[in-house]
Amino acid sequence: MPALEIRALTAGYGKDPVLRGIDLTVTSGVTAILGSSGCGKTTLLRAVAGFVQPAAGTIDVAGTRVVGGGGRSVPARRRGIGYVPQEGALFPHLTVARNIAFGLPRGQRRNAGGVVAEALAMVELDPSLAARFPHQLSGGQQQRVALARALAPQPSLVLLDEPFSSLDAGLREETGRAVVRALRAADAAAVLVAHDQGEALSLADQVAVMAQGRFLQVAPPAEVYLEPADPQVASFIGHASLLPGEGDGAGRATCAVGELAVRPGHPGTAGPAGPVQLAIRSEQVQIRTDGAGTPGEVVDVSFFGHDATVRLRLDSGEQLAARTPADSVPHPGEKVRLSVVGEVVAFAGQPGA
Amino acid sequence: MAAPALPLLLVGLAVAALALVPLGYVLWSTAELGPGEAGAFLWRPRIGELLWNTTRLLVVGVLASVAVGVAGAWVVERTDVPGRGWWHGLLCAPLAVPAFVNGFGWVSTTHAVQSFPGAVMVVTLSYYPLVYLPTVAALRRLDPAVEEVATALGRSPWSVFWRVTLPATSPAVLGGALLVGLHLLAEYGALQLLNYPTLTTAILQQYGTVFNGPEATLLALVLVAFCLLLLGLELLLRGRRPRSRVGAGTSRVAGRVPLGRARPLVVLALAGLVLWALAVPLAALVRWLVRGTSAGIEGAELADALGNTLLLAVLGGLVTTAAAVPVVWLAVRHRSLLTTAIERSVYTASAMPGIVIALALVTVSIRAVPDLYQTMALLVAGYLVLFLPRAVVSVRGTFELVPPALEEVARSLGCSGPEVARRVTLPLVVPGLAGAGALVALAVSTELTATLLLAPIGTDTLATKFWSEASSIAYGAAAPYALALIVLSVPSTWLLARLSTRSDR
Repeated sequence: MPALEIRALTAGYGKDPVLRGIDLTVTSGVTAILGSSGCGKTTLLRAVAGFVQPAAGTIDVAGTRVVGGGGRSVPARRRGIGYVPQEGALFPHLTVARNIAFGLPRGQRRNAGGVVAEALAMVELDPSLAARFPHQLSGGQQQRVALARALAPQPSLVLLDEPFSSLDAGLREETGRAVVRALRAADAAAVLVAHDQGEALSLADQVAVMAQGRFLQVAPPAEVYLEPADPQVASFIGHASLLPGEGDGAGRATCAVGELAVRPGHPGTAGPAGPVQLAIRSEQVQIRTDGAGTPGEVVDVSFFGHDATVRLRLDSGEQLAARTPADSVPHPGEKVRLSVVGEVVAFAGQPGA
Repeated sequence: MAAPALPLLLVGLAVAALALVPLGYVLWSTAELGPGEAGAFLWRPRIGELLWNTTRLLVVGVLASVAVGVAGAWVVERTDVPGRGWWHGLLCAPLAVPAFVNGFGWVSTTHAVQSFPGAVMVVTLSYYPLVYLPTVAALRRLDPAVEEVATALGRSPWSVFWRVTLPATSPAVLGGALLVGLHLLAEYGALQLLNYPTLTTAILQQYGTVFNGPEATLLALVLVAFCLLLLGLELLLRGRRPRSRVGAGTSRVAGRVPLGRARPLVVLALAGLVLWALAVPLAALVRWLVRGTSAGIEGAELADALGNTLLLAVLGGLVTTAAAVPVVWLAVRHRSLLTTAIERSVYTASAMPGIVIALALVTVSIRAVPDLYQTMALLVAGYLVLFLPRAVVSVRGTFELVPPALEEVARSLGCSGPEVARRVTLPLVVPGLAGAGALVALAVSTELTATLLLAPIGTDTLATKFWSEASSIAYGAAAPYALALIVLSVPSTWLLARLSTRSDR
């Protein structure tokens, strides 16, 4: 029985639909919803939580229908879903302990010390924080308390809306890992809205890429990265460069950087024939010093320390991004030669076709 | 967003309807009077004199208040003047002396102030804090980095002030200037004591002689037109340019401009201002208090007025805050055209001088519900309309402390609607509501103009009792009431002074 099952969900404010037929199954673990801002990911989360009334479709939580299917929607308070909004939204007038105990049944709230200690341990916070008020906590601590509060009533599903967006970079990674460990320890499935793809790929078991109210692809992180379902996913997730080319239908394609090997698609197909778009990830592009390869000119360089991203213009006018080690970064304007290693992903058809 | 419950909406509409009575009265009486009749009345030398008096007091008084308020705020916030905290308190303090008490202090000291320059001086000393306070708050919020950037680009401190600091704080200064203007237009007590006739004092005079004739109504009309003109002017000057800070992060404490050799001069100027604004009226008060006590104070009358004032203050505070809650709740949680209209209609009263509100309620009650005329209920209704804009502003600030996410989290944790209100919303807003109610109560306790018109005969408050003594030149007898009024104004002044320097969280 999946923790969350969404079928053909449509929702919107006024006339414009924000969600246009969403299907999603979350069995266990963490599912990250990834998309640019305004694509509908927060609306989806709020529809599951019960704060947005969908226009059509069904939502089942742990086998219970909460939206659609004839009857009235189950109100948010009876869905038993943990909800962690942006920036945590801790109750400012209650201590950490009383925040965590907030969702417990009335009888348990009085002697909630055990539950509170357990929940704090789960999110790896010191039990001495229980007596503090939210304003006495750091941003990362607030976020963890918000999760502890959502986990305390033992929900089977937790929703997190960009939980780390207000944290600085170093804290974000650490808090993200702690949150995922806590979710696993609590044995709760989670849906996490993210707009940082590194965060989504590193934390999630399943990534759902969203654009304009639809899912482009729902798959494990490696699959989304290595086998993007369409050019949009490829350029969004892998920062892949898209080049037009010509497939031969036998596993190879020709483009401005020569003939490349095409990653086989579905079992049994060797790759498309005819006009194709080739997605080339930056780490596949190598700058060569041995005089071989396709000539190009360096447009600009972004140096990151551990490596650098170099944008190159080919003689044909197309642009390509390459990732190079930190110790061999060319200068803008320099003439270089490059080649592509490994298999590239080919999409049949040309852009706009 | 869900539609609001019907009872809530009905209460909101009722409050809005009450708040619209003064505007309705003005529009309706304009329509009722023919243009010929109105023109004949308005085209008289007496009206011309009133208009000239009102206009020049308005212009010079507002400009003087802005000059004093901005200069004071800049010195306190941006220079290394010694004892900044003390000066801040002292510069706010004149707010605790009601303008009519200040006028009393000056008139009972010297009759030289019964002139145009005297009137300008007294109203400026009374009302410059209305510019000073928002300017201090704006300077405090202004990211000093902006000024530092201007300095780094080669501007002198003087040029930084004119080109960067002042433009960035101009909405606050303008807002303060608008408040001063509205207060000047509504001021009755101080100007009557200074023998300086304006539209407002003329209305009360008309009302006193012929009760509720068309003249008073017409003058009220002109007065409201003045107020609307002022509001329009402020909107026009403010424009649509965004002034908010760009980017997040907390601002640091600003660097201070060293005063250098001008330091003693600046301190002297501040001391002079405080002396003029506070020491002169307070000294007069003490002098009359000593003389009055030697003549014996009417203890029973004082106790009676005090009792009435406290009762009205508590009633007014409770009723006004209670009426503000549904208006704010609708506007914040059920945003729609209708609820926005309800909130806006409440604000129309802030452009109505107390005298017009009182006149409207008298007229409407006599014509529609005569039983209400000359009752405490009508007086409290007057306070409600008069102070509702203030209450709505502070109640709104309180409700914005409760972001919708908090209520959503509570619901996702299993709370029903009433439970959310009991466990989350109410605990967060009750302190703020109490504060809002207290502010209104304090304002009610020193209100004079509307009370003079609306209080049932025989019901005296501290303000009206002070007024009847002071205007019959029984200065000694008036002094204890003046002292009581100042004591009642201290807490809200202290609160405002604190709020203006609290940094944003």
